[in-house]
Amino acid sequence: MNATTQRHPGGASRRAARLGDRIFAGLAKGSGITLLLTMAAVAVFLTVRATLALREDEGNFLTTFEWRTGGEDPEFGIAVLLFGTAASSLIAMLLAVPVAVGIALFLTHYAPRRLAAPIAWLVDLLAAVPSIVYGLWGALYLVPRLTGCYEWLDGAFGWTGVLSYAGAPARSLMTVGILLAVMILPIVTSVTREVFRQTPRATQEAALALGATRWEVVRMTVLPFGRSGIVSASMLGLGRALGETMAVATVLSPSFLIHASLLDSGGGTFAQNIASQFKEADTAGRDALIASGLVLFLLTLLVNGAARLIIARRREYAGAAL
Amino acid sequence: MTGRLRPPEDPGGEEERLRAAMPPGEPGPTRDLPAGAPGARPPAAPSPAPPGAAPPPAPRPVLRPPRLPRWSLAALLTGSLAVGTAAGLICRLSSHLQWGLIAAAVFVAATFGLTARVEGRRRAADRLAALLVWACFAVAVLPLAALVGETVARGAPGVDGYFLTHSMNGVLSWQHGGGVYHALLGTLEQVLLASLLALPVGLLTAVYLVEYGRGRLAAVVTFFVDVMAGIPSIVAGLFVLSLWITILDLGYSGLAGSLALALLMTPIVVRSTEEMLRLVPNELREAALALGVPKWRTTLRVVLPTCAGGIATGVMLALARIAGETAPILLLVFGTNMINRDPFHGAQSSLPLYVYEQWSFGTEPAYERAWAAALVLIALVMLLNLLARALARWKGPRPGP
Repeated sequence: MNATTQRHPGGASRRAARLGDRIFAGLAKGSGITLLLTMAAVAVFLTVRATLALREDEGNFLTTFEWRTGGEDPEFGIAVLLFGTAASSLIAMLLAVPVAVGIALFLTHYAPRRLAAPIAWLVDLLAAVPSIVYGLWGALYLVPRLTGCYEWLDGAFGWTGVLSYAGAPARSLMTVGILLAVMILPIVTSVTREVFRQTPRATQEAALALGATRWEVVRMTVLPFGRSGIVSASMLGLGRALGETMAVATVLSPSFLIHASLLDSGGGTFAQNIASQFKEADTAGRDALIASGLVLFLLTLLVNGAARLIIARRREYAGAAL
Repeated sequence: MTGRLRPPEDPGGEEERLRAAMPPGEPGPTRDLPAGAPGARPPAAPSPAPPGAAPPPAPRPVLRPPRLPRWSLAALLTGSLAVGTAAGLICRLSSHLQWGLIAAAVFVAATFGLTARVEGRRRAADRLAALLVWACFAVAVLPLAALVGETVARGAPGVDGYFLTHSMNGVLSWQHGGGVYHALLGTLEQVLLASLLALPVGLLTAVYLVEYGRGRLAAVVTFFVDVMAGIPSIVAGLFVLSLWITILDLGYSGLAGSLALALLMTPIVVRSTEEMLRLVPNELREAALALGVPKWRTTLRVVLPTCAGGIATGVMLALARIAGETAPILLLVFGTNMINRDPFHGAQSSLPLYVYEQWSFGTEPAYERAWAAALVLIALVMLLNLLARALARWKGPRPGP
């Protein structure tokens, strides 16, 4: 190497390098801190506005079945929203997780190899379809087609009360749950698939060598290995379902009542309530909506935190085992 | 090979299964004989020999366990379809879905029963599981295919040059015509602004976490990036609303929407960039540092270019994700029918918001516009996704030799 172009450790270039290093490190660290400050600001602003709203609230925030924010004595509570959010998300989970595990197994262990790669790719692509498109499809395609199905459910299981159906358009929590299940299917599938793919080959081959059938291999090696992965994938899906706004806002016909039946229209979720009440709300009304948004935030925080914890623990375990 | 598998007195199922597929007088090695084929004994024929009965002649040994022939599944499928159709016709079930469900139930039950009879319980469980897994796949494909198919079928007639180049200014909800130009423009501007805000912060944070991050601060930042990734989009919208519009009183604008979108985009960018940076082999960094290159130049000139393709892929996916966000736009950009090129002042529109507005009008022409705009939106998002994947294949990290 030519001596004249060589950098000497020392002198002006070294000082410049040090300065550059300091600036760059400062910038990097600064943006990390910016991120933290933003999160702190989110928490602080939401909490401040929410407390303002709660101070005005005449009813009990947790148990009131009403959302009246304008006028003299506002009275609002999240009971209906909490029920609706939990019910629709749980329906979505119950429907989506078994199917997603099935598809993940299909892609990793059952599908012909030539088919598996394009399908996996397609599933990932479907995860990118915007939620408003799901909402439009749910409202204009799914709702009219579910009516017949609900009538049948009413005939067969109407006596339970939970599945009775009065015959109005199927804009109910059940429909929302079904739509949410379709929406979270791709994300749950792709996370579960990644976990199943990491099942140690040696274990599977050992099971095969002992004469296990394919299903026994899956049951004895893949599923136990992937159990925590399935749990965390479902939690991620649940986090999505809890915060979903537009698909619920288009499909559900909201009301501040809790029906015994999941098939009858009515109910509401946090996100849907914010989206549909926002335009008519004054400042106090918006603060009330922010209070409900804060509850939703904490809820998703809890669910996502649990999912991350499980993933992190699993990563350590997998790192030790492999 | 000769030899007895079991003493003939054994009333166990194993031997019975073996015999089931093996004609007693047939010479030569036994192979997969169809259960109902001429020459084969029907599977129902043998009954467990009672312990006291005279021992039957010693069975011929076989190497392979009996299997159902390949065509039997097809036969079962045809049979169950016939049963389903017959049941539907007899009970006058109007819904063809019910016919299909009956046929599927009959098929699964018959397959399980027959396999358990001929091949044994374990193989039957295996076949049942395979059927269920295939069924899961079918169940998932149906709604997703219906979604894409419906959007294309109902949206495609509405998308033309006029639709893409005109706004909704002066078009009433029950009138035909109108277009999506203002919304497309709004989406592009808002996404561009959001990425201008989110990219520097996101990229630098990822660099910090990978290249500089030690100790507590890095752990805290990682944790909060995860937290941020889980924020529902409507909560991000509410935050900007409370800060920007309620407290600072700056009014609705495309910029306010971009702030919320940036909030949603940053964690995605940080995560994907972090992953890519960690894939860069340490030898590259060490080689540069050993030559006396300062760390910041190493990062900028060696590390980042090495994984530029991967980073770009992550950014594209993040763009696709936020381009479809509706909720924050609904709260912060407010929507308008007119073309507003200025994202800093006044209400704008965006594609997802446009779909929502047209849907809520509830008239047939508005529905047509909603489907057409949904198709444009899907096309935009898919384009970004395909670009990202093409980029990943072209420039992405390859497994080393």
